[in-house]
Amino acid sequence: MLLGHADDNLVLAQQLGGWISRAPELEEDIALGNIALDHLGVARALYTLAGAVEGRGHDEDDLAMFRDEHDYRNLLLVEQPNGDFANTMVRQLFFDSYQVPLWEDLASSEDLELAGIAARALKEARYHFRHSSGWVIRLGDGTEESASRTERAVDALWPFTEEMFDGATAGYRPSWERTVVSVLAEARLSVPEGSHQQSGGREGRHSEHLASLLAEMQWMQRTYPGLKW
Amino acid sequence: MDATDLPGIEMVIAATRPDLGLAREVVGRVIDPEIPVLTIGELGILSEVAIDGGEVVVTITPTYSGCPALRQIEDEIRSHLAQAGFDRVIVKTTNTPAWSTDRLTPGARAKLAAFGIAPPTSIGEVICPQCAAGAPRMVSRFGSTACKALMVCSQCGEPFDWFKEF
Repeated sequence: MLLGHADDNLVLAQQLGGWISRAPELEEDIALGNIALDHLGVARALYTLAGAVEGRGHDEDDLAMFRDEHDYRNLLLVEQPNGDFANTMVRQLFFDSYQVPLWEDLASSEDLELAGIAARALKEARYHFRHSSGWVIRLGDGTEESASRTERAVDALWPFTEEMFDGATAGYRPSWERTVVSVLAEARLSVPEGSHQQSGGREGRHSEHLASLLAEMQWMQRTYPGLKW
Repeated sequence: MDATDLPGIEMVIAATRPDLGLAREVVGRVIDPEIPVLTIGELGILSEVAIDGGEVVVTITPTYSGCPALRQIEDEIRSHLAQAGFDRVIVKTTNTPAWSTDRLTPGARAKLAAFGIAPPTSIGEVICPQCAAGAPRMVSRFGSTACKALMVCSQCGEPFDWFKEF
């Protein structure tokens, strides 16, 4: 499970990094870069912890760089392409709204290292949520163009939301739904109903998007194993 | 002849045991690379300096998950200690307990304000470090570093960084 949370954060960090130099404004470029760095930092801490728990001497780089697509346990949501800015913000809103109850829960974990990582990640997730929810409201309640793009993003990403609430994470669903429904209402966007739901990420069954993302992220380490800056 | 009969051997043995007080003083002088008016001690990043056998063990607590300065801080700690003659150094990071802005020393807050960075307070209490006016406008939640947001004073119009409460 540690690995799944680490993979979520690494994949999303890599995706957000794709916005650098391409964001709609300079402040947003910096914001997305900062958010990506937070996710990357969470992933690094969790990989290190997962490697220690596994006890086979794997470090953060081994786990990030030398596992193939079917070994990744991330949610399908985070591997969905950036799309336009509205799509990236809706994906972020859905993920932030899930990370807040997750870290709230894990902050009281019996594993003190995990509790420490979660306590810090919780504050960051709340901060990211303020950013993503603020944008979704501005875009949804903005121009006709921004509203229709945001509506399209909500519809396109909704099928990947149910997967977040499985087994140990099922309890976070009410909190997530309350949060997301209230943001969408303020953004004057409708909540999709009866949408088909897709899952499989936690078992290593991914969409075609993950393979190309990992190829770009891993090729340097795969070509020159152990390469350091 | 037995090695312990050599003159001066006690001094050599004594010299291999690192001086904790000196190590603490040296590490205490390490400056944060992103906020160059504060030491890592004032920022609450430095958690412990200890001696374990012949090694100096320094424990630091990362601030934000994504703070890219952590590696540089580790390097700075090593180079400061090496210059003071400590060649066996271990730098550990701990996530427990998590860092928060409550760990800043009172002196650190005053230094930040003097440097032009509004110290961490709740958003309603942020005051302009130039003219001390309240109620600045937030330009961006994310500023020049992970720990800061970009503000503009509503009184004097100067832009400034606010060290976010975390």
